[in-house]
Amino acid sequence: MRRFVDRNPFWSLVILIIIAALVWAIFAVWPKWLVEIVGRKKIFLNALFNGITLGALYFLVASGFTLIFGLMRNVNLAHGSLYLFGGYLGYEIAEGTGYWLLAFPITFLIVAALGVLLQIVVFRRMEGQDLRQTLVTIGISIVLADLMLWIWGGDFYQVLPPEWLSGPVETFFVTGVKRRTAELIYLKYPLVRLAILAAAIVIGVGMWLLLNRTRIGMLIRAGVDDREMLTATGVNIQLVFVGVFAFGAGLAGVAGVVGGTFQSMAPGEDTRFLLASLVVVIVGGMGSIPGAALGALLIGLAEQFGSVYMPTYAVVLTFLIMVLVLAFRPQGILGQA
Amino acid sequence: MAVTDLPRGLTQERPRGTWVERIPVAYWVVGVILVLMPLLANDFILYQVFGWAFILGMIALSLMFLAGYGGMVSLVQMSVAGMAGYMVAIFGTSAIDTISLGWAWYVAIPVAILVAVIFGTLAGALAVRTEGIYTIMITLAIASAFFYFTRQNYIIFNGFSGFNGVLPPQLFGVDWREAVPFYYLTLFWAFVAYCAVLYVSRAPFGLALQGVRDNPRRMRALGFNVTAHRIAAYSFAAAIAGVAGILLTWQSAQISPGTAGVGPVIDILIIAVVGGLRHPVGPFIGALIYVVLSTFAIDILVGLGLGAERFRLLIGLGFLLIVFFSPDGVLGLYRQWRESRRRDPLAGGDGP
Repeated sequence: MRRFVDRNPFWSLVILIIIAALVWAIFAVWPKWLVEIVGRKKIFLNALFNGITLGALYFLVASGFTLIFGLMRNVNLAHGSLYLFGGYLGYEIAEGTGYWLLAFPITFLIVAALGVLLQIVVFRRMEGQDLRQTLVTIGISIVLADLMLWIWGGDFYQVLPPEWLSGPVETFFVTGVKRRTAELIYLKYPLVRLAILAAAIVIGVGMWLLLNRTRIGMLIRAGVDDREMLTATGVNIQLVFVGVFAFGAGLAGVAGVVGGTFQSMAPGEDTRFLLASLVVVIVGGMGSIPGAALGALLIGLAEQFGSVYMPTYAVVLTFLIMVLVLAFRPQGILGQA
Repeated sequence: MAVTDLPRGLTQERPRGTWVERIPVAYWVVGVILVLMPLLANDFILYQVFGWAFILGMIALSLMFLAGYGGMVSLVQMSVAGMAGYMVAIFGTSAIDTISLGWAWYVAIPVAILVAVIFGTLAGALAVRTEGIYTIMITLAIASAFFYFTRQNYIIFNGFSGFNGVLPPQLFGVDWREAVPFYYLTLFWAFVAYCAVLYVSRAPFGLALQGVRDNPRRMRALGFNVTAHRIAAYSFAAAIAGVAGILLTWQSAQISPGTAGVGPVIDILIIAVVGGLRHPVGPFIGALIYVVLSTFAIDILVGLGLGAERFRLLIGLGFLLIVFFSPDGVLGLYRQWRESRRRDPLAGGDGP
C-alpha cells in the first residue's frame, strides 16, 4: 500500500479524491443541482447497493473458479453448470424440507462431491493438457445444461427466503429530506440481500484467513507458486487438488442457492455466470482471491450502474472494462505478471 | 501434423510429372463426387445439408487455421462471420430499408469483408496479448460482447430482430438461392478457402507461424516479429470467416444476434475439434457430421425413444466422447485405425 503511494503519487491522489467524493455522495443529502444532473439519490444508492450485493454473488462464483485455476491451471468451463445445479438443488431442498438454511450445507456437500468426481474422472487423466480439459469441460457443460433442462424444464425457479429474512429493513443511509417536516428519509433495503452480502464478506475473509494463516493454506499457496517443488517435499498433491476442487465446486453450488434466492434460476443462467466469472477473474487477475473480490465488485457495480444510467449498453459496459484492463494490464488488476 | 509433413516434402526429390498428376487419387475421387453431387442428391440435401456444411466448415476452417498452425484457439470466428453478414445486410439491400444503404453488390461485399477483417484483426490484436487458455476465455468474452452489443443496438444492427430479406445478387441471370447454384457457390468458396489454407500453411508465412506455435522464444530470437505473425494470422482467418458469414446470411436470407450467439460460437469449436485440428479437411468433416446430426437428430432421437428436444444432449455426448478418447477428432481416430492395421498383430511394432 505504502509502496504504491510512493511510486504513484498522482494516481494515489486521484483514487483518494474519487473515494472521498463517493463517501460524500453516499452520506450527504444531495443538493438540488446534483439531483438535476444525476437523478434522485435513492436511485443512486439503490444501484450502489444492488451492485455491491451482485458483486458479492459474483465473488462467490468466481472465487472458486479462480482458486481452481490458480492451483491446478484447470479451466473448468463447467463452473457455470455447477452454479445452476446448486441453484436447482437448493430449491428442491428448501421446498422439500422447509428450511432455507439447510439448503446451504447439503448443496455444498452434493456439488462438492460432483467436483471430486470431475477432478478424479476428468482432470487427473489429462493433467497439463489445457486445450483438452477446456474442450471436455465444454462438453460436460453442454450435457449438464441439457440434463437440467430435461429435469427442471425451462421455467423460472426462485428459492424463497424464510420469513425472518424477508421484507425491507431501514438503513442509516439518508436518501433525502421531507419537504414539510424537514425530517430525514432513510433508505429501505431488502434484508435478505444484506444478509447475503454479510455472508459473502465472511466467506471471503474466511478464505483469506484459511489461505494465509493455516497449514492447508500454506500448502495451497506453495502449490500455486511451484507445484513440482511441493510434490518433491513429500506432499500428496493429488489430495490437495481434490480438496481444492471440491471446495471451489461446493462454493459454486452455494452461490447457486444464493443466486436462486435473490434472482432466479432458469436455463441460460449457467452461461451467464460462467461468462461473469470469466470476466471477473480476467479483470481481477487469475488465481488471486483479492483480485476476484475487486473484479466482482467492479463488474457488479458496472452492471447495476450501467442498467440504471445507460440501460441499452449495460451488458457491453462490463466487456468494455475487460478490454481496457487487458489493454493496459494484461495480467489483471491484482494478478502477478 | 504439418510439421512432420514438412521434412518429407523438402528432403524427398520432387516426384516426376506435372502438378496435376501429383494430386493424390483421393482428391480426384472426392472432387468428382462433389461436382456430380447434384445428379445424386435432392434439393434439400444440396441446400440444407451440403450448403450449410460447406459454410460452417469454412468458419471452422478459419478456427482450425488459427488453432492448428498458430496454436491460438479463437472463439471469435463466428462473430467475425456474423459481422460480415451484418455488414452485407447494412451496406447492401435487405427488408429493413430504413437502415440498409442499398449499395451495389460489388461495393457492398468487398466492404463487408474488409470490415470483418478489420474486426477480426482488432479482436486478434487483443487476444494475442494472452496465451493458451487465456486466449479461449478472452475470445469467448469478445464473442459474447459482440452478441450483446448487436442485440442491444437498434441504430446500426437493428437489435433483437436483426435483418431479413438479405438476398444474393442476381449475377449472370442466375438465382443463387436455388439449390443447385447455391451448392456450387458454397462448394467453390469452400474449395478456394481450403486451397488458400493449404497454400498459406506451406508458404514462408505459414511456416513462420508454425514456428511461432512451437517455440515463440526461439522465433523471436531468430528475428521474427511474433506478435505481427499472430495478428496477421487472425486477419487471414477473418477473411475466410467473412466470406463464409456472407454465404451464411444468404443461405437463411437473414442475420440476427442469435446467429453469432454463445451457442453457435461453441458449435464452431465443436465442429473444428470433432473433425480434427491437424489438417484443413478436418473442419469440413466435422461440419458434415454436425449438419447431418442436427438435420436428422429428430429421427435418431425418436428412434431411441427420446423427445426431439434432446438434440443438444446428443451433440454434447458425441463431442465429449470424441475429445475424451481422441484429442485429434475424427481424423485422429482414422490415423489410429490406420496405424493399428499397419502393426503386426503377433510381433508388435511396425509390420512389413
